[in-house]
Amino acid sequence: MSDLTELNLAQVREGLRGKDFTSREITDAYLEAIDTSNAALNAYITVTHDKARAMADASDAKLASGEGGALEGVPLGIKDLFATEGVHTQACSHILDGFEPTYESTVTQNLWDDGAVMLGKLNMDEFAMGSSNETSYYGNVVNPWRRSGGDNAPLVPGGSSGGSASATAAHLCVAATGTDTGGSIRQPAALTGLVGIKPTYGRCSRWGIVAFASSLDQAGPLTRTVRDSAIMLNSMASPDPKDTTCVDMPVPDYEAALTGDVRGLKVGIPKEYRLDGMPDEIETLWQQGIDWLRSAGAEIKDVSLPHTKYALPAYYIVAPAEASSNLARYDGVRYGLRVPDDDVVAMYEKTRSEGFGPEVKRRVLIGTYVLSAGYYDAYYLRAQKVRTLIKRDFEQAFEDVDVLLTPATPSAAFAPGEITDPVHMYLNDIFTVTVNMAGLPGIAVPAGLDPKGLPLGLQLIGKAFDEETLFRTAGVLEEAADFTARPEKWW
Amino acid sequence: MAVDEATVRRIAKLARISVSDDQAHAIEGELNTILDWVEQLNEVNVEGVEPMTSVVEMSMKMRDDEVADGECPEKVIANAPANEEHFYLVPKVVE
Repeated sequence: MSDLTELNLAQVREGLRGKDFTSREITDAYLEAIDTSNAALNAYITVTHDKARAMADASDAKLASGEGGALEGVPLGIKDLFATEGVHTQACSHILDGFEPTYESTVTQNLWDDGAVMLGKLNMDEFAMGSSNETSYYGNVVNPWRRSGGDNAPLVPGGSSGGSASATAAHLCVAATGTDTGGSIRQPAALTGLVGIKPTYGRCSRWGIVAFASSLDQAGPLTRTVRDSAIMLNSMASPDPKDTTCVDMPVPDYEAALTGDVRGLKVGIPKEYRLDGMPDEIETLWQQGIDWLRSAGAEIKDVSLPHTKYALPAYYIVAPAEASSNLARYDGVRYGLRVPDDDVVAMYEKTRSEGFGPEVKRRVLIGTYVLSAGYYDAYYLRAQKVRTLIKRDFEQAFEDVDVLLTPATPSAAFAPGEITDPVHMYLNDIFTVTVNMAGLPGIAVPAGLDPKGLPLGLQLIGKAFDEETLFRTAGVLEEAADFTARPEKWW
Repeated sequence: MAVDEATVRRIAKLARISVSDDQAHAIEGELNTILDWVEQLNEVNVEGVEPMTSVVEMSMKMRDDEVADGECPEKVIANAPANEEHFYLVPKVVE
């Protein structure tokens, strides 16, 4: 039998239904790949061997009798931000030491209800705060891609869903779940040659996902093809009475949206995304994407999103403010780490000082400052007004066009330690963060290689709850780009 | 609106995070870098603009006012660092 870990999700689904192989066989193949390779990549922080095999056997019983859900028997990796009952869930933070939830997140429950198999929990930036997976308590994740020409220096996989990206790109899972608050699905997808979609705010339930910034957080998949992302999102998305911000709209058949036809589609090119000093390869890739869509029959239009440059600074007020409130719950009383002291306030302070890493502390302190008496209007209120303007920009652009095309990231993958200045690191999300600020859906599609042989992605931004147009357009980009490059296996 | 070390200590106290002298000094620099950078928001004319309260327009979901969950103290307390008879244990706070 050929290597089962080579197959993409759609092929795995077909193979399982056609009884070409069993879920137990492909699950064992993935567990073996993880056991062999994970030490080099550090993508998984927990591998649930027994649970995976038990779930696979249960799926095989269903498949044998011709039953089974949309993901029956498909082995997946789960970002450590999702609560998984009885299994390590720590947002890759020291402060949640030993936390094993007594409940399951809605998104993962949806996946299990559809028959998926859990391989384990994936590494990530601590509390999803980072763009390079260098802030995890469990150490850096390594990108399977390396620069060409014999340069063996490790590269970051992006973040915060860095473990999800590395594992999916290195074929240590069929697909993975991620979350995206400012670009945490799309940026790592772009840096590892994957497809990643952040759906519209409210499309996936946030219940049971460790909260970072509640008005921005959304779950979504990282996969090796556009179709695989459509299949994953079909299962992940749902209405949910447990999340009041989750919409009561039926989930469309995203796979059916992959018609390959974009004739007459109006594609907007926002001029403000053309940055000073943007690397030539990003500019070239963007132009290539424009040409591909035009050749496929789409109509290209220039549009303006005048407040684009203010999205990132506004984000770095709104997100830390919400984080400082959300992370107030970690006090050493109800779960996780406790650093003892006879005085209760000293216990809180010591626990939080030892339990949070430097980036998390930085953001909690920024958030506390911008929400503190006397500064609220100057910072938080102003940032939320700017956010209204950013959303208005998109609404006006979408009066003229159906979808927007932009680069996904300002550069290819970089080396750990290469970016040490926080603001410089934040700039990684410059093309993705606007989408979260406006609550819109965005998808990253691998589209080419930089001169060093590293993957680069394009981003499509859609109207609220119009993921179908995103998938349709992404499918056309994917076919035109014919991105078949793979990292040479060294891990 | 630059922060000084005293401000760092005040917000660290509000955030219930203990910081050493060295850390306070380093954090002061980092916070000022970030705050300088977000100052550019002052260029934006926000006159008459409503602050965003919800990114997707939706009406608040309502449900019947009935108990849908609960009666599971073992589950609630399962991850507590210290507990006794379904109570969280903390250092003495009242003399």
